[in-house]
Amino acid sequence: MEPDVAIGMVSVITAGLTMAIGSIGPALGEARALDRALASIAQQPDEAGRIIRTAFVGLAFIESTAIYCFVISIILIFANPFWNQVTGG
Amino acid sequence: MDLTQLSPDEVIYWEWGFVKLNATIAFTWGVMALMILVAWLVSRRITTTSDIPRAQNALELVVEYIKDQIREISGGDRPEPYLPFVGTLFLFIAVANLLTILPGYVPPTASLSTTAALAGAVFLAVPAYGIVREGARTFFRHYIEPSPVMLPFNIIGDLSRTLALAVRLFGNAMSGAKIVAVLVAVIPFLFPIVFRALGLLTGLIQAYIFAILAMVYIASGMSAAEVSSSADKEKAKTSERNNS
Repeated sequence: MEPDVAIGMVSVITAGLTMAIGSIGPALGEARALDRALASIAQQPDEAGRIIRTAFVGLAFIESTAIYCFVISIILIFANPFWNQVTGG
Repeated sequence: MDLTQLSPDEVIYWEWGFVKLNATIAFTWGVMALMILVAWLVSRRITTTSDIPRAQNALELVVEYIKDQIREISGGDRPEPYLPFVGTLFLFIAVANLLTILPGYVPPTASLSTTAALAGAVFLAVPAYGIVREGARTFFRHYIEPSPVMLPFNIIGDLSRTLALAVRLFGNAMSGAKIVAVLVAVIPFLFPIVFRALGLLTGLIQAYIFAILAMVYIASGMSAAEVSSSADKEKAKTSERNNS
């Protein structure tokens, strides 16, 4: 197999796998966090503003792991550093 | 910007030697010009009477909302010192993301250079506010508390949260633009509009999160002073109760 074909194939497959596997954890984590936040709002509607704000900040933190995976897969597809080695710059 | 381009940095409008005018710079200045123009138009006929113009009322609502959020995060602190910085971050990111409803517009936040610059501003603002508020000695003592063993972890934490701040906003804004581009190529009928609307929602939420996180970081840099002042408040409250 030509090296550029191999690099392209592996990059695309890895990009897909990165997104697929990397979004499992954050999805479950965000679901749990949102579950607790909604239960808390149902218990204490007066504190809804504070709960929602804290939940958003927490969700942003949880989500960042998924976004790292997304950026990695985007780099593999659009800005793959190994292309330059086979195409010569 | 088409599907093969990663960020608006690669769309170059004008080039002269090493000076390049790319889409990021052009749209950033466009957003800034729009915000300054609107602010100037509204504040030209500003009034304190009860008969206020509609536009002034709308902007006051936004400013009051930002002030309330800052006050709640900083634990009842006066919001005025933080309002210019945090409010500008929120308004710039929100306007930059919401303008994606215009055709041909690429949000400057979809470029890692813009978001890295914004995150760098937050990274510098945290020690700046902390030192102004409680002095360099107290601020830098946070890094070796409770023991000097924590010093490298605190420094790594500072750097990694700056990275996360930049990459989070970049990833969200860029993925919004990319998903719409992919859908236009695959199902160009009606579906891109739905995802464009979703992109507007996430854009606004990301602006909110960016500003809130900036304020949380600034507040955490001043935590010692805040804890002592709230302890004083608590003490004053109990002594008041005892007196009455």
